[in-house]
Amino acid sequence: MEFWLESLVAIVLVIGGVFLLIGSIGLVRLPDIYTRLHGPTKATTLGIAGLLLASSVVSSFAEGSISIHEWLITLFLLITAPVSANMIAKTALHHGLPAIERTKGQELMEQANRQAPPTGMTTSLESDAKDKQP
Amino acid sequence: MLKWAIIIVAALICVALFMNLWRLIQGPSIQDRILALDTMYINSIALIILYGINVGTGLYFEAALLIAMLGFVSTSALCKYLLRGDLIE
Repeated sequence: MEFWLESLVAIVLVIGGVFLLIGSIGLVRLPDIYTRLHGPTKATTLGIAGLLLASSVVSSFAEGSISIHEWLITLFLLITAPVSANMIAKTALHHGLPAIERTKGQELMEQANRQAPPTGMTTSLESDAKDKQP
Repeated sequence: MLKWAIIIVAALICVALFMNLWRLIQGPSIQDRILALDTMYINSIALIILYGINVGTGLYFEAALLIAMLGFVSTSALCKYLLRGDLIE
């Protein structure tokens, strides 16, 4: 492998690893669950995208043709990370976990909790049905 | 140069995995534990990909893809269980 390509891959690898570590530091250090969601879902996704970019370059060089299937994992993680973060935040709201003092819009947490799936979604569907019936 | 980068990144990921393990054990609420488990899945995917670069085969990407899918499904299943008390209604 040529020197410039190898150094490029090494730099991208180290950047990805540092972002993975930053995401985990955020998971440990941040004060409550709503802020803790930010570390793993943003920084860690960027870090693993960097690692997969480096791996894609290495295997493209080794095979002599462009290797696509690393991008499958990147695309999958980019799609699923926000979805799982949303579900965890919804679960935390449903269980009424407290946010830190400085969180803005805390009066909306009660309302968001009432609209959560166990009661909120069904009642909104029922009210829609009632509106349509007459 | 690539060898050294791989060693450094593996060390970083191992430190990150230990931090996730600390949050998994410590975590005050169960949502923290789910989040730590999800992050551990992603970090283990990173370790597997790193090993694939080191060995030089494309064999490990299927394992990484499988772990990514199972991680998302298990996270959503745990959240769904906590939200509704049931998985399949």
